[in-house]
Amino acid sequence: MYQTNYHRASSVDDAVKLLKSSDDGKLLAGGMTLIAAMKTRLAAPSDLIDLRHVGELKGISVAGKEVTIAAGTTHAEVAAHGELARACHAICHLASHIGDPHVRHMGTIGGSIANNDPAADYPAGLLALGATIVTNSREIAADDYFTGMFETALEEGEVVTAVKFTAPDQCGYAKFPNPASRYALTGVFVARRGGEVRVAVTGAGDDGVFRATAIEEALAGSFDPSALEGVSVSADDLMSDIHASADYRANLVVVMAKRAVAAAKG
Amino acid sequence: MSKVEMMVNGRKVAGEVEDRTLLVHFLRENLGMTGTHVGCDTSQCGACVVHLDGKAVKSCSMLAAQASGSDVITIEGLAAGGELHPVQAAFKEHHGLQCGFCTPGMIMAAVDMINRHPGGLDEKTVRAELEGNICRCTGYHNIVKAILAASGQMSAGAARAA
Ligand SMILES: Cc1cc2nc3c(=O)[nH]c(=O)nc-3n(C[C@H](O)[C@H](O)[C@H](O)COP(=O)(O)OP(=O)(O)OC[C@H]3O[C@@H](n4cnc5c(N)ncnc54)[C@H](O)[C@@H]3O)c2cc1C
Ligand code: FES
Ligand code: FES
Repeated sequence: MYQTNYHRASSVDDAVKLLKSSDDGKLLAGGMTLIAAMKTRLAAPSDLIDLRHVGELKGISVAGKEVTIAAGTTHAEVAAHGELARACHAICHLASHIGDPHVRHMGTIGGSIANNDPAADYPAGLLALGATIVTNSREIAADDYFTGMFETALEEGEVVTAVKFTAPDQCGYAKFPNPASRYALTGVFVARRGGEVRVAVTGAGDDGVFRATAIEEALAGSFDPSALEGVSVSADDLMSDIHASADYRANLVVVMAKRAVAAAKG
Repeated sequence: MSKVEMMVNGRKVAGEVEDRTLLVHFLRENLGMTGTHVGCDTSQCGACVVHLDGKAVKSCSMLAAQASGSDVITIEGLAAGGELHPVQAAFKEHHGLQCGFCTPGMIMAAVDMINRHPGGLDEKTVRAELEGNICRCTGYHNIVKAILAASGQMSAGAARAA
């Protein structure tokens, strides 16, 4: 790891200031992506601004169907939150399958969506839920936020403070984990509100998370796994790598979508 | 350089370290506590697991500076008064190790797992919860057996105490 300078932020404002006054600084949340990347010298920020002690970035609130999860909330906290599970069990299920217990004790929702790894789980959840990403300066709809592989709408120096969404009528998540890393080889999140169904796919797209419109249309007609019999997804914009070909992933998208709907119907 | 201060196994420790120093290196090199191992550089193997403020974390993926002010428990902190911790005793009894390299992390992960499941554990849960700990020798079978035995013993102990 290259040299770096560590700072502990006391508030979001403090973090913004520290980031501005640094040369090539980066925010540090759980470190489960950033420290790992620094160890292999894939990242070399001049300064690290630690958000883990910022109280305003912690906690989950559920008021009826309105859910707010602060950016610094860990995957373990999301997984174990009883009230959140009653409002939207699929997001807890998703969090409980990220990495391993030790990663879940440190990794945060804010860090995950700021990083926007093309195989990360949360981007699929938030895109399907039609969530809003709240930052220190504005609110961004998930549809506009995830702009590509490791790309987001965040500006230089912008801090994610929370995500919020209205719990849908039904939702489910199914992932086919890469057997070594546990990241999604393909993961599908489905959410139904009345007659509207949103379906988001992670791990499979060539350019990060995306909405599967053919599957959305089929499920809007009938929210049942059987509605996806004969539905296929084009392999054109899907990823091929040593783990799976684009064709294989195209098939997995439909299979995971069926499982996610089955899970949603509980 | 950063000044770091933390409780390690109930003892207050302090030191001056480069900001880039990982917690595991602070433990091993500054404090000479070599029980915590490093088995990979990809944050995947779990040989480095310690408890930070009561939760299992990978000490290879955290800076010492991040842990400053915290309460850290390492494998050296488990045995009390010369008596093995029940999980350590169960690993010995059930032959839950061969070369022993993964063992400190396995045991710290196991203690955390048992703490989070006070009602007891089943085999499926233990195997899923060991996702972040890799063993090159044992095939996991005896590790799982040891954790199940320790969990049974510890929840029976807790039930008696209640
Ligand atoms: C072994 C292993 C297995 C994993 N498996 C999975 C998996 O199955 N699924 C999955 O989705 N992920 C997985 N992860 C990644 C994990 O979920 C990370 O926790 C997550 O991607 C990053 O969150 P973090 O809090 O650790 O962020 P950090 O690593 O601290 O930061 C990541 C990036 O986000 C930026 N950032 C952090 N917080 C904010 C903020 N509030 N505002 C703006 N920018 C911010 C940082 O500057 C940095 O660029 C795994 C990681 C490991 C080590
Ligand atoms: S040394 Fe392998 S996960 Fe920490
Ligand atoms: S006993 Fe050798 S690595 Fe587990």
